[in-house]
Amino acid sequence: MTVNKSLLIPLVVFILLVTVLALGFRLEDPHYLPSQLINKPFPEFSLPDLHQNDRIITKADLTGDVTLVNVWATWCPNCLVEHPELMRISREEDIVLYGVNYNDETNKAIRWLERHKNPFKLNIVDNKGTLAIDLGVYGAPETFVLDENGVIQYRHVGAVTRMVWDSKILPVVSLLRKQAPGPSGDSE
Amino acid sequence: MSRFVYLLVFFFSFPVEAAIDAYPFPNTELQERHNALIEELRCPQCLNTNLAGSDSMIARDLRREVHRMLLEGMSDEEILDFMYERYGDFILYKPRLQKGTLLLWFGPLIFLLLVSIVAFRLVKSRKARISTLSDSEVKRLEELIGKK
Repeated sequence: MTVNKSLLIPLVVFILLVTVLALGFRLEDPHYLPSQLINKPFPEFSLPDLHQNDRIITKADLTGDVTLVNVWATWCPNCLVEHPELMRISREEDIVLYGVNYNDETNKAIRWLERHKNPFKLNIVDNKGTLAIDLGVYGAPETFVLDENGVIQYRHVGAVTRMVWDSKILPVVSLLRKQAPGPSGDSE
Repeated sequence: MSRFVYLLVFFFSFPVEAAIDAYPFPNTELQERHNALIEELRCPQCLNTNLAGSDSMIARDLRREVHRMLLEGMSDEEILDFMYERYGDFILYKPRLQKGTLLLWFGPLIFLLLVSIVAFRLVKSRKARISTLSDSEVKRLEELIGKK
């Protein structure tokens, strides 16, 4: 029996189409935006300190060591979800956390931190969302890992849980520490 | 009593409308460019809404930024670049022509080309089959038709 080869063409085209569509529309979270800022320096900013309104925080305050920058707000339910983990990191892990209080009311934010405790060394008031826009933030919470030069090395969108810390953030932090031993010299 | 309260609420409630931020522009040209840009930019938090159509916080902030940049005299291209640097391909409803989007731009064209080639070949081979009756075959065919 001879097969008309041209009849196979639709099948080939169909398989090609399925492959292309499968690659293009993978079953991943469509909300996830790949960050444009990985390997780019943290944006320059000068914004007030949440607890000391006349004090201006700039990018220079965040550099010098590997750090975490967490974008949070009192209106953000997932920020409350991740808060215990941020508290644990600030207590048990060898890394400093900085907070960006995003589109929030200062008084509410201060009270929120009093009630739930403050894991951050400094809190940056970003009540216009300008720093958040420069960071490409589209929701809260988001967490950035900065190396000692203030270059963004990793970004996590959504709540930081113990699992996220162990499987995603900690490996990046350890790698960065190994590459450039910090002032404390804990390179191992 | 509850009926009275109900009536009271019914007659004295005020219409609630979504807030529309009215940004002042010095001229209509800027206003039109603003409208065009927020139509064209996609809200990063929403899956399928542009900046103009979304009431989310980030959309509001980005509309304000577009307004600020227009007043500062930035071109449309510069504003789109600003957005692209921060939010990537996602924010542009009209994807840029680059390596990752080549298939998106030219895929349909390639598909059309393939289909035309297949269609052309099919039609051609069908024609060829029809015209390959030899003289004796034509005779035989006429015989068969004549018999019936």
